Amino acid sequence: MHSGSATDRTVPGWAQVLPLAVVFVVFFIVPLGLTAVVSLWNYSEYEILPDVTARNYLEAFEGCADRLLSSSPALCTTLKTYLTTLRISATVWLITLILGFAIAYFLAFHVRLLGVQIVLFLLCTIPFWTSNVIRMISWIPLLGRNGLINQTLVKLHIVNQPVEWLLFSDFAVILAFVHLYTLFMIVPIFNSLMRIDRSLLEAATDAGASGWQTLSNVVLPLAKPGIVIGSIFVLTIVMGDFVTVGVMGGQQIASVGKMINTQIGALQFPPAAAHAVILLATVLLIIWCLTRLVDIRKEL
Amino acid sequence: MGERRSPSFYWLLALFVLFVVFLYGPMLTIIILSFQGPEGGLTFPMTGFSLHWFSKLWNDGLPNVDIWSSFGRSARLGAIVMALTVLLSLMAGLAYRKGFVGSNALFYVVIASLIMPSIVVSLGIGLEFRIFDDLIKRYAPAFIADGYDTGMGLYTSTLGAHLTWTLPFGLLIMFAIFNRFDPRFEEAARDLGATPWQILRHVLLPIIGPSVIGIGLFGFTLSWDEIARTSQAVGYLNTLPLELQGQTTTVTTPVIYALGTITTAVSLAVIFVALAAILMLRQRQGAHGSDAGRGMV
Repeated sequence: MHSGSATDRTVPGWAQVLPLAVVFVVFFIVPLGLTAVVSLWNYSEYEILPDVTARNYLEAFEGCADRLLSSSPALCTTLKTYLTTLRISATVWLITLILGFAIAYFLAFHVRLLGVQIVLFLLCTIPFWTSNVIRMISWIPLLGRNGLINQTLVKLHIVNQPVEWLLFSDFAVILAFVHLYTLFMIVPIFNSLMRIDRSLLEAATDAGASGWQTLSNVVLPLAKPGIVIGSIFVLTIVMGDFVTVGVMGGQQIASVGKMINTQIGALQFPPAAAHAVILLATVLLIIWCLTRLVDIRKEL
Repeated sequence: MGERRSPSFYWLLALFVLFVVFLYGPMLTIIILSFQGPEGGLTFPMTGFSLHWFSKLWNDGLPNVDIWSSFGRSARLGAIVMALTVLLSLMAGLAYRKGFVGSNALFYVVIASLIMPSIVVSLGIGLEFRIFDDLIKRYAPAFIADGYDTGMGLYTSTLGAHLTWTLPFGLLIMFAIFNRFDPRFEEAARDLGATPWQILRHVLLPIIGPSVIGIGLFGFTLSWDEIARTSQAVGYLNTLPLELQGQTTTVTTPVIYALGTITTAVSLAVIFVALAAILMLRQRQGAHGSDAGRGMV
């Protein structure tokens, strides 16, 4: 008699999964562990010194308390950087959430033919498989000082001089994030919406609910898992980013990821590791709050 | 649902159209500008229509960078990442159907890798190889330590960094496949006396084939464009996207758009080949859906 699935008699499961597990142990778990360890190590100008110290964490926020509590309270550079990162992340999250939900809603409920649905969905997905840097660079001829938008604005006499804040600014960074990562909201929300039993919507309408009431009382609660998964994706990517902030911010805007990248560039590994741990803790806290709302494993 | 469209349909349709313009517009701009005339600059207007910047890129490359070597490196690495992503995800997907000790823990590790800020992963891999190098130089016997430089490189640290990004997508796609897979196909094959290999080769792979190509698509394209995880995990030789990122501030001619157009063309070619292959397999499945009553084929 057979038991279990068909391939039981050959390779056991653990052997089949071993190569994948090894990759994640060697290139993910051990590196994370080492980052945590090195964040507690000392360093000199030339090398890392493996003796335990809290120096990196203390120096990360050196003088912050004094400045905050002084007679003219001010933020230290580190806190400012974290706040900038959080502000950009929150803004991007809000925009991608609303935009992503609207697009997913359109695809799931308004497009009736499966073939059309697949084509439109692919249309949204294809840019994700192309280069992020190219997609960032491609804003330059549009947003730059002599870019298409400024040319148009000047020609129409809406402004007298080219607008400077379009490129290499907070605006450009947020625009690029929305451009790059709205897909991460669309896909999970679309997935959740497709699972909603259409008769529930009819029942809501029959019971006299208005369009908005159906949306807020039926669709939104059922779309929650997708919203949470999309939010986790967008927030973790934006929180740790240094490439987009660098390119679109003209290397002038400081984010946590960029700060870590700069420290690594200066070969200051222990302080970089300390900031990586703090960043990770922040991100995990956000995820923990979000997962209180949903069990991810059920959604696959 | 009635035949008449609600007003919200037209609003959302307009939004969707705008979103697609927003997605593709900028990309289209640099593709057009890469055909800029020889006297033209980084912005409109076009001073002509020419292949000048492509031939300049082909003959001179970019200043200070051997762009075609990094092009080749990224292409080879992408192919290897694609092959490994498909193979490892497929094996792991099969393993998850049977179950194994620690399957839940591994699942959470894979998800963690997907949502971990890339700079943290990259820094960790960089540190790991630096510490490994130090240990080798200090403790390894002379015949290894002498002349040893670093273990970091395209096919060690960079490859590993890319796999931490592509494998989660691969595994999640496998989960999605097997959640919808009907095990009765396998049972039927087994009852007819098929060996496990025959079941894999003649039943499983033909059914899940289109999705497996999808995994390959993710494997290549994500590796081909990867920057964040690669940044601290490269040896002496950069990948193409890293070179490109470095050039964004220094190159002031449309040559960078020409390179962008070529890189995008590679991505698009891979995407369309993959999508075409998926479509073809689907159609073949439709055509050969049942051979009932045809006897031995």
